Amino acid sequence: MKFEEIKDKLKSKTVGIAGCGGLGSNCAVALARVRVGNLLIVDFDVIEESNLNRQYYFYDQIGEKKSAALKDNIKKINPEVNVIAFDKKLDSKSILEIFKDCDVIVEAFDKAEMKHMIIETVLENFPDKAIVSGIGMAGWGDNSSIKTIQHNNLYICGDQKTEASEENPPLAPRVGIVANMQANIVLEILLK
Amino acid sequence: MRITLNNREEIIEADQLTIDELIKYKNFTFRLLVTKINGKLIKKENRKNAIIKDGDNVAVLHMISGG
Repeated sequence: MKFEEIKDKLKSKTVGIAGCGGLGSNCAVALARVRVGNLLIVDFDVIEESNLNRQYYFYDQIGEKKSAALKDNIKKINPEVNVIAFDKKLDSKSILEIFKDCDVIVEAFDKAEMKHMIIETVLENFPDKAIVSGIGMAGWGDNSSIKTIQHNNLYICGDQKTEASEENPPLAPRVGIVANMQANIVLEILLK
Repeated sequence: MRITLNNREEIIEADQLTIDELIKYKNFTFRLLVTKINGKLIKKENRKNAIIKDGDNVAVLHMISGG
């Protein structure tokens, strides 16, 4: 398929991205570069200096809201993409409202509890919608442990074992790999 | 019985088990789990009643922080 055809197929699609940290910011940028038509990006947080080791923001954006700053960054890469930014902490109720018309949902939270919450909410309420989650990406090296598994409409990218902690922080290379694997699965679903 | 657990074939020394019993049998000690039988989500409160039978496709997925 030529890139023009790919863009044509993707322009009517909508992807919801839950969280604009390491996974969400990098995944959104990858999807914007290939011109997914509509991106719904959601985060309540503010950019801190410590985020710049993996998240798609710039030094002069420290202190800005992540959702608004990510929208600015996407617009600089591809102004044709329609980005709707929500400055909001998601819960099961708002997930159902904000993501109801999405073709695919990307789980891009950092905390295990939030990953659990969105996966259960989507599986229970949107049984036909695909959700692509990122689980296990702390530290460095060990490329071959990072993979994608599928259980019906739930896709999990990551090594499923390395938990982020003070001693084992998430860093740009592995987080970027998983974020781009998520974007790659989203494309696979959208171009089917 | 023979089941598929996390996309792998497994032989379990029992005719049937609940999800809670399977978690114990496998010594899974993860804190936060998403569990499914044949594609259907089984929430935590129902794991003690949800029965796994021969031929079932079971997912026990653990959630860890990082992103």
